[in-house]
Amino acid sequence: MVYLTRKAEFSASHYYHNPDFTPEENQRIFGKCNNLNGHGHNYTLEVTVKGAVDPRSGFVVDLKQLKEIMNREVLDAMDHRFLNKEVPEFFNQIPTTENLAIAVWQRLAPKLKAAQLHRVRVYETPDLFVDFYGEV
Amino acid sequence: MKAYLTRRYRFSASHRLHNDTFSEQENKETYGKCNNPHGHGHNYTVEVTVSGAVDRSTGMVCNLVDLDGFVAENILSRYDLQNLNVLPEFAANVPTTENLCVAVYEIVQRGFHRAHLEKVRIEETMMNSFEYWGAANAQL
Repeated sequence: MVYLTRKAEFSASHYYHNPDFTPEENQRIFGKCNNLNGHGHNYTLEVTVKGAVDPRSGFVVDLKQLKEIMNREVLDAMDHRFLNKEVPEFFNQIPTTENLAIAVWQRLAPKLKAAQLHRVRVYETPDLFVDFYGEV
Repeated sequence: MKAYLTRRYRFSASHRLHNDTFSEQENKETYGKCNNPHGHGHNYTVEVTVSGAVDRSTGMVCNLVDLDGFVAENILSRYDLQNLNVLPEFAANVPTTENLCVAVYEIVQRGFHRAHLEKVRIEETMMNSFEYWGAANAQL
């Protein structure tokens, strides 16, 4: 088994707000992130797949295909977007880094054929990142 | 859905690697330049990884404000701009980054209960890093 990681970057805006909370609760729990005008980050995405090395190609996965899938399923939908308003997963879910990692996993996992998705890592800043391994 | 959240922090501290039970020669052989009697310092980077179910109402494993507050109060204020050798946890333990990793892990594990502590990783320099997953845990 060999693990292969592909990185990508995207920039997006978001805010944290739960309509079931009172304005005071939203402010207390989410602080500055509760600003409804939104704020943005340069996200770094790391997608790790695993699989046996194909004896003919020497690949775990064709990187070109992996890059195309990441572009189509994730970057086209999220890069330079307002996550709360333009990405359906976040119409009813708070776009925290945790939920973003889960959403990226759910977008990619069904599209990967040759290799198996192992980990999605999303950096919100260089000092904060979330890993998701598909654990329910 | 279970997710793993990692936060990076920084502190600077001095230390000297020296074991009183070794001879002078053994200390020199074992620790080299790190045995300099006057000590030396590093800019450490600490990574704390916690895990848990993502709370549906907040979208979080735990509130970063709580984790940042705990680490600032219990780790950064304890170690930043200090000499590690004079701290009680290093009275009988050489302040290597291995032992520092274990010490930081134990402080977080004892005092922070808002998420499950997975591991502590410390970069002593850009070239050296150390991880501790707890006595019973293996790496993912």
